[in-house]
Amino acid sequence: MLDTADFAARLREIIDAHLGLEGPLLPILHAVQHEWGHIPEPAIPQIAAALNLGRAEVHGVVSFYHDFRREPAGKLVLKLCAAEACQAQGGRDLARDVLKGLGLTDFGTTPDGKVTVERTFCLGLCACGPSAMVGDRPVAAAKAEDICREALA
Amino acid sequence: MKVYVPRDAAARGLGSDAVAQAVQREAEKRGLPLELVRNGTRGMVWLEPLVEIETQSGRTAFGPMTPEDVPALFEDITRHPKALGPVEEMPWFARQTRLTFARVGLIDPLSLQDYEAHGGLAGLRRALAMSGQAIVDEVKLSGLRGRGGAGFPTGIKWDTVRLAPAPQKYIVCNADEGDSGTFADRMLMEGDPFTLIEGMAIAGLAVGATRGYVYTRSEYPDAVAQMTEAIRIARAAGVLGPSLLGQGPAFDMEVRTGAGAYVCGEETSLLNSLEGKRGVVRAKPPLPAIEGLFGRPTVVNNVISLASVPWIMANGAQAYKDFGLGRSRGTIPLQIAGNVKQGGLFEAAFGLTLGEIVNDIGGGTRSGRPVKAVQVGGPLGAYFPVGKFDTPFGYEEFDGQGGLIGHAGVVIFDDSVDMLQQARFAMEFCAVESCGKCTPCRIGAVRGVETVDRIAQGDPTAMPLLVDLCETMRDGSLCALGGFTPYPVMSALTHFPDDFATAREAAE
Repeated sequence: MLDTADFAARLREIIDAHLGLEGPLLPILHAVQHEWGHIPEPAIPQIAAALNLGRAEVHGVVSFYHDFRREPAGKLVLKLCAAEACQAQGGRDLARDVLKGLGLTDFGTTPDGKVTVERTFCLGLCACGPSAMVGDRPVAAAKAEDICREALA
Repeated sequence: MKVYVPRDAAARGLGSDAVAQAVQREAEKRGLPLELVRNGTRGMVWLEPLVEIETQSGRTAFGPMTPEDVPALFEDITRHPKALGPVEEMPWFARQTRLTFARVGLIDPLSLQDYEAHGGLAGLRRALAMSGQAIVDEVKLSGLRGRGGAGFPTGIKWDTVRLAPAPQKYIVCNADEGDSGTFADRMLMEGDPFTLIEGMAIAGLAVGATRGYVYTRSEYPDAVAQMTEAIRIARAAGVLGPSLLGQGPAFDMEVRTGAGAYVCGEETSLLNSLEGKRGVVRAKPPLPAIEGLFGRPTVVNNVISLASVPWIMANGAQAYKDFGLGRSRGTIPLQIAGNVKQGGLFEAAFGLTLGEIVNDIGGGTRSGRPVKAVQVGGPLGAYFPVGKFDTPFGYEEFDGQGGLIGHAGVVIFDDSVDMLQQARFAMEFCAVESCGKCTPCRIGAVRGVETVDRIAQGDPTAMPLLVDLCETMRDGSLCALGGFTPYPVMSALTHFPDDFATAREAAE
């Protein structure tokens, strides 16, 4: 999947671009995930060495935050809000219908790797729920059939 | 022709990008010169996308707009089917006291000229001529308290940092607005980011800090982009940088993005996250004001606290203090959300009752069914029954009713809600988001879910156990996540006992 030499070189560039920051670890991890779609395991020792941290510390940070993936996600990531304001506007039904429409029994990735459905707690669209993010695009007053149609297109 | 189409994430979620494109297409088709401004939202979310056209008599609103409604904007607008009249005369808007949000929706959020033309930078200019102590005194006098929810007097916090000797101090803006039902921080960062920059610069002047961070959420990509761009513009214009406005000390800032951890809205966990660590809560003391970011004295304030400061500095502390009720001074941006007919952001002086907020301003439920419960203050806030609708909106007033105002989110539920499920969700949320440092929260929340499930199955011994568990979490947790989760759970149990009893009866 990743050519070892290219990978290490590109990772080095990413790390170097952030070394001037105070507290550079989270910005580096965001940039790594932006580049490869997840935090590849081989990145951890290299980041640890560059920041003079233990591997366990970096691993601890990666695993603490919900955003950081250790496996690649589907081509499209769908986030459905599961928090109270959306619950009050049919959020639970939306989640059930979207999962059903995509042939999933729980949150996760479709077998063909096309769509990953995740639950999130609040997108700040609380007066016009239920809400979702389709990729980077906010969707308010979301309807399951519209979301599924777009996800399967 | 000057047309405003909001780029606020809620407006985008409701289709404002397509409306903006339609406006552009239509203007081209007719060969009309067009000035299209992507403003913030006026806060009337149920009318979004809300388009405004500048006319000789001011700005006229149309909404909720679809691309199909756009061509008629270029005909006789007085006969447009979506016409709402002059935007600032709309009753929902006119009733407000917009101080902190005065410019949100009004100006082009990334135009520093527009910002200054509408009173921006006046507060910073005044502060530049004052001593740090005089600025702090002004903020103290205004009565401003932490708008993140804790309600700590902002001026006293600033004074602690000001008096702490250190070679480096920080201003950290807590923009990790994770509470469901709240979107004031997002709306302000997207709709008037320079106000936050100005507030942070004034804070820097007051306490002697030269560096600021805005820690916000990965769930808010639009706010991250807008804030980052605004900082770049402010730096290029010399507002920020080696010398504030070219006449003050240095102050610069940057945006940092969280990674989906709710607990990072807790200030010490946020500081750990900024330092690149796991977002684990720190024990207090030491207070962040003494030992904060990288062990240095740090002001940690919510977006709205900081964004209220420019108005206070420009108009005087007394003018701000004249608004409000009891010890809750000034205005509060109410965020009316959930199952509501007229939801959005409504800035008003403290003191409206919960009933006025839900029924008069919100117009009741969108579903048309009776209101059953209102959760105030996010996932750690209590559920209020209709019987408590006479509670005035203020820090002490809500505390006295077994609740909290938090970040002023008001989430309305109709009578289809099952309060046992809401209590279960509160525990489940705490279990998912616990940082794991203290046992009452880490273990208690998991046991809490199980205990609510036992109640649902009709186990009569589970009820006193849940009450006992809530007491332990409340008294024994290190921070508000474990400590306040009992608010929604116990308020559901106390005010809606029928939802917990039906399961028992069914089992018998």
